[in-house]
Amino acid sequence: MEGTKTGVAENKFLSASEVVIRTDKLTKRFGDFVATNEITFEVYAGEIFGFLGANGAGKTTAMKMLCGLSRPSSGKAVIAGYDIYKDTERIKKKIGYMSQKFSLYEDLTVMENIRFFGGIYGLSNKHLQKKSHELIETLNLQNEANLMVTSLPLGWKQKLAFSVAVMHEPRIVFLDEPTGGVDPITRRQFWDLIYSTADKGITIFVTTHYMDEAEYCDRVSIMVDGVIEALDTPANLKRRYSVASMDEVFYHLARGAKRSVD
Amino acid sequence: MVILNNISKTYNDGRVIAVNDVSFDVNKGELFGLIGPDGAGKTSIFRMLTTLLLPDSGTATVNGRDVVKDYKYIRNNVGYMPGKFSLYQDLSVEENLQFFATIFNTTVEENYDLVKDIYVQLEPFKRRRAGKLSGGMKQKLALCCALIHRPKVLFLDEPTTGVDAVSRKEFWAMLQSLKEQGITILVSTPYMDEAMLCERIALLQKGNIMSIDTPENIISTFPDALYAVKAHGMSRLQDVLRNDPGVNSCYSFGDYHHITFTEGNNADDPEEIREVHDKTEFDHFPEYPHVSALLRRIQHEGFQDLEIKRISPGIEDCFIHLMENKLH
Repeated sequence: MEGTKTGVAENKFLSASEVVIRTDKLTKRFGDFVATNEITFEVYAGEIFGFLGANGAGKTTAMKMLCGLSRPSSGKAVIAGYDIYKDTERIKKKIGYMSQKFSLYEDLTVMENIRFFGGIYGLSNKHLQKKSHELIETLNLQNEANLMVTSLPLGWKQKLAFSVAVMHEPRIVFLDEPTGGVDPITRRQFWDLIYSTADKGITIFVTTHYMDEAEYCDRVSIMVDGVIEALDTPANLKRRYSVASMDEVFYHLARGAKRSVD
Repeated sequence: MVILNNISKTYNDGRVIAVNDVSFDVNKGELFGLIGPDGAGKTSIFRMLTTLLLPDSGTATVNGRDVVKDYKYIRNNVGYMPGKFSLYQDLSVEENLQFFATIFNTTVEENYDLVKDIYVQLEPFKRRRAGKLSGGMKQKLALCCALIHRPKVLFLDEPTTGVDAVSRKEFWAMLQSLKEQGITILVSTPYMDEAMLCERIALLQKGNIMSIDTPENIISTFPDALYAVKAHGMSRLQDVLRNDPGVNSCYSFGDYHHITFTEGNNADDPEEIREVHDKTEFDHFPEYPHVSALLRRIQHEGFQDLEIKRISPGIEDCFIHLMENKLH
C-alpha cells in the first residue's frame, strides 16, 4: 500500500538515525476479530511520531503490544533494541507511559509521586534526589512540592505526569491523549515540553484527537480498521490528498472506517 | 427557556470555587454551547440545572420553573446526558431505551419519531448489551435515552470528549437535526472548533464566564490584527518570535504560528499578505513597517520558506486572548 511509504524527502531523521521502534506485520487477534492487522513501520530516535486513528481502529491494542503489555498473535517487533516477545521486562524499563486517565497518584504529594515513580523505574536514591529537585525546579513547583496532587490544576498535573514519565530517561515515551480537556494555553505549553524532550533524543509516540496537534508531529500514521492506512510527514499527507489541513486528511481516511469497536 | 442569575457553587467548605457568579439565558429552540477546559465549571452548571446539585447562591429556572423548588417538574421535562456513560451496562440496547421510556411514563412508540434517525443506526445491535458497545454507539444510545420522553430542554455534558474527529462531526449533525425539531439544547465541549457549530456560546474558564455571544460576534471583538507565520523549523521560529520585541503574542496553531504585533496593531494592517518568500517582496509593504521589519529580522535568523499572512481569528485565538487578559 502506498500509504506505508515514509516521507523520504522531508524526513530529517532519515540520515544516520537510529530506529527505536521497528515492527514487521505485527498482528493481534481476539478470536475471529483482528484488532491490529499486520502493521509494519519504523520510528526514529528523537522523532515526534503521531499515532492517529478513529475510535476502535486498533490504536490502543497496538500501543499495548509496543509497551510489552500484550503479547502479539503474530509478526515481529523490536522496541528500544529489545524483542517484543522475549524481552518485555527490559522494554518496560526503556519506555515511559502517560495518559490522561493514568498519570499520578492523586492522594500522594508532588514529591511523593516523583519518588514513587522514580523508585519504580529503578533510579538510585542519590540519582532520585538530584532528579526530583531538578524536576521541581524546571516545572516551577517549589511551593507545591508538598501538596497533594489532587489539589493541582489539571494542566499542572499533566505536565508533572509527563515529566515523571521521562524521569528515567527512557528511549521512548508513549503519550495516550495527553492533552484531553486541557485549556488552550496549557495545551501549547505541554507541546513545548514535548519538543524539548524530543530534542534530548527521547522519542515521542503520541495519540491525540486534536488535529492541530497532528501538525506538530514529525510524522503521522493514521490507522483505519486495524491497518496503517497512511504514514508520512503532515506536509506530504496534505499534499497527497490535496487538502489544507490534517483534519481533512483524517476525515478523508477515517470516514471510510467500517468498524467502530473500542 | 433556561435562565441563570448569579449562580455560584463552591466545594470543600468554600475552598474550591467551581462556578463564580454565572448568569446567562438560553432561548427556546437555541443550540447553546458552554466552551471551556476541564475545571471551567461546565459539569457543575449542568448538575445544578438538572436539579442534581444545589447552588450556594443565585437562582436558576428551566422553562420558567425554579431548579430548587420545582425539581420534580424539571426532572420530568429535561433530558440529561452526563459526561460519564451512565446507562445500564448489562441491559441490552433496546432494554435500556424501554427502561428510560417507562421511567418517564411513556413508551418508545410514542416518541419514536424523535429518536428514529439515531436509533436506526443502533438497530442492528439492539440485543447487544450496552456495556459491549463501541464508544460511538454508546454515545448514540445515551442520546436516544435522554430524548425518549421528548424533553423540552436537552443537557449534553461533553458528549464528544475522547471521540474521534469523524464521529464528532456526525454527532454535531445529529444535534442540528434535533434543534430543527424544536428542542432547546445546552451542550458543553472542551473542543474549541465545535464552538462554531453553536448559535451562541459562553466561554468559561475556572468558574467564570469570559464572554457570551454568537461565535461570530466573539470573533469580531478580537482586538488585534492576527497573522499566521510559517517557515522551515517551526520550533525554533517560535522561540525567535516569542523573543522578538515587535511580537506581542505567539501561539502555535497546527502548521502555523499565530502572532500579534506590539504596534501598528489595527484594522489598517494589510488585509492579506501571502507567501512572502524573499527579501525583495518584503519591500512591497513599506506602509506596514512593523510587518516588514519583523520579516527582515526573521530572515536574518536564517529561516527558509518564510510565509506570512493576515488571518481571521478563530474561537481558540479569542479564548487564549481572554485568558491572557485574565492573567495580566
